[in-house]
Amino acid sequence: MKTRRRDFLGLGLAASAAALLPAPLRAQGPGPRVVVVGGGFAGTTCARALRHADPRLAVTLIEPNATFTACPFSNEVIAGLREIAAQQFTYGHVAADRITIARASAMAVDAAARSVALSDGTRLAYDRLVLAPGIDIRWGALAGYDEAAVQQMPHAWRAGDQTLLLRRQLEAMPDGGLVVISAPANPFRCPPGPYERASLIAHYLKTKKPKSKLIVLDAKDAFSKQRLFQAAWAELYPGLLEWVPLSKGGNVTSVEPATRTFVTDFGRHSAAVGNVIPPQKAGRIAEVAGVTDKSGWCPIDPVTFESKLVPGIHVIGDAAIAGAMPKSAFAANAQAKTCAAAVATLLAGGTPASPRLINTCYSLVAPDYGISVAGVYAPTNGQLADVPGAGGVSPQDAPRPTRAAEAVLAAAWFRTITGEVFG
Amino acid sequence: MRRTVAAAMVLASIAAAAIASAEPPAGAASCSGCHPASSSVQSPVPRLAGMDQAAIVKAMQDFRSGARPGTVMDRIAKGFTDPEIQAIAAWYAAQK
Repeated sequence: MKTRRRDFLGLGLAASAAALLPAPLRAQGPGPRVVVVGGGFAGTTCARALRHADPRLAVTLIEPNATFTACPFSNEVIAGLREIAAQQFTYGHVAADRITIARASAMAVDAAARSVALSDGTRLAYDRLVLAPGIDIRWGALAGYDEAAVQQMPHAWRAGDQTLLLRRQLEAMPDGGLVVISAPANPFRCPPGPYERASLIAHYLKTKKPKSKLIVLDAKDAFSKQRLFQAAWAELYPGLLEWVPLSKGGNVTSVEPATRTFVTDFGRHSAAVGNVIPPQKAGRIAEVAGVTDKSGWCPIDPVTFESKLVPGIHVIGDAAIAGAMPKSAFAANAQAKTCAAAVATLLAGGTPASPRLINTCYSLVAPDYGISVAGVYAPTNGQLADVPGAGGVSPQDAPRPTRAAEAVLAAAWFRTITGEVFG
Repeated sequence: MRRTVAAAMVLASIAAAAIASAEPPAGAASCSGCHPASSSVQSPVPRLAGMDQAAIVKAMQDFRSGARPGTVMDRIAKGFTDPEIQAIAAWYAAQK
């Protein structure tokens, strides 16, 4: 990454936005300072929700990239069904909310002094810090898979260049080639994601390169929406898509990037296109700040999302250990709004009420075939637990019009959530 | 009910002077993941802000009981009690 100037995008627009707002009861002096690290679904939602919860707060969002590339629907980009531009969003409307955007990376946190050091050398003081760093790849966890290997065997698990690289490799593959995807053990970002990706790549192969084959090597014996995916695969992609679970030798023990080879205890698979979905952990700044535990993820209080390890620091989104909530964009957005309300209440001297959160995740098995999982969550014994009797997956026996309706709802969900977060 | 909630909201905002808009009741913040907060977003999912309170309550109760078929709302409504549904409906009805 190039050296970045700290860029207070908020200031110019703030003046004009302030003129449109009702006159504040007191001078618009700096109220309590909240710093949010990470401009993805969680962090950006949280910054804006903080602003709306309490206009006096001084809210800073730390994000090095000028453009955000969303992961949900990026499997459609890989399969040639959608262009990457539809995944990309900028922070203009966020800045217009009188949120200061610091175009830098957070490098260190001094929890005692309550300050964050940025890559441009500046230091930001905070009264409350919210970390929304997403995921990092756990380099070294899969033998042979290092930072150089991602060019030969892309992960495409953070959307952007990697997404496009995997797409180009599929496009360049001759008909009759073998595509291999490896899926990690739990927990990881987007539990149904590897299986949606396998489905949409199978759709691409079926329509464009029908002599090809796709193998999914899995470090697990069970996965999200499994029965729905497997029923759809049998219907749509028979003989094309093979899922190999842990118990049948699916666990990948090493990779050899030069030959795109996946090695398991039972054999070797040399692929024409190899997609490694690697083991993951919380984004780096979480570890630096001391809010990760031995698992590499961040234990949090289920009411406030405050770290159980370091007071004054809240963790939301994929980096958090959110009990029964999956690592999804919907969950990140819901957690961010809950966390923002709690932080505003805490800074006003109040006690946050016990929240209830919802998650809904759609997956596409084909462009016109959607399935979903939903859940409702409440703090129970210090964890976010499923509310009994609620949630679950799409009906196993639903007719195709229902699947088509869920595909339409999936696209509507993406427009809605990105509109709320970045619009 | 609506009047009580509205009055409580006014009191809360006076008491907490700093807080611009009353904190949404448990569960309400999650809805805008699918129900557009802005009228400019195209979606078959209805906008909840300003919707009639009784209509929201009836929809949630019917999704919960199965009287109204849903794709995901049947599964989500089962996670909320009547008082929780009332509070969410009152809050959204009061939004612009």
